Amino acid sequence: MFFVFASMAIGGALGVVLAPSPVASLLFMVVSLGSTAGIYVLLEAHFLAAIQIIVYAGAIMVLFLFVIMLLNLGHDYKKDIRGGLAVLLGFIVTGSIGGLLAKQLMVGNDALIEFSGSSINVDAEIAEKGIIGVIAEPLFNEYLVAFEFTGVLLFVAIVGALVLAKKVD
Amino acid sequence: MVTEALFLSVMIFIIGTLGVIIRRNAIIMFLCVELQLNAVNLAFVALSRHAGIEGQLFVFFVMTVAAAEAAVGLAIIISIFRHYETVITDNISFLRW
Repeated sequence: MFFVFASMAIGGALGVVLAPSPVASLLFMVVSLGSTAGIYVLLEAHFLAAIQIIVYAGAIMVLFLFVIMLLNLGHDYKKDIRGGLAVLLGFIVTGSIGGLLAKQLMVGNDALIEFSGSSINVDAEIAEKGIIGVIAEPLFNEYLVAFEFTGVLLFVAIVGALVLAKKVD
Repeated sequence: MVTEALFLSVMIFIIGTLGVIIRRNAIIMFLCVELQLNAVNLAFVALSRHAGIEGQLFVFFVMTVAAAEAAVGLAIIISIFRHYETVITDNISFLRW
């Protein structure tokens, strides 16, 4: 099951990068986000899977679609994938980042196994409080200030977006 | 399972990076940044099973910031489009020396 979702996520991600049409890119992105939500379910993060579908694949992607439609980019698009030096640079950069991270993951594997034997047992906590309770409790106790600040951030973002997108006559 | 999820996260992240580098369309570059954020979220969720529930909390915050960033970024793209009638980044060169 994991590998079905994983291959869909990677295929969707490749589609985002390679599809010539912006709308097709966006739909591939929705596929990728949806299969990532499936992986969240497999990792026992059911609440985040729901949020991922509702907020990310639903709201944010629709916002992108609105902008594409508003700017009329759905047709008459030109092929905008760079060639030559940029592709070479891209592969060098992504290869080195990927190599570094993968190497780190190989080295860190033993530490990860050691880690999993630690006293923290998330599964038991989830069984006791439920998946939403286990997230909500620290959110409204230890991280209350951060939570309030995200509210302020969203407000500022709304005002900023309005000011930026307003027609200047 | 956790290691596989971390590898998947690395792969999605580098595909997103590649997209930011090789595409010219500003909206798709932006979409690839979202892809990178999504990959990092996946890594957080994968590790949260062993490192404590705070990982999932952090994903919650990352999603909020991504939503705010999408709103502001798309507003910027719209106002650039009004001036230049294009979203192809090669044609937008008013900050180039």
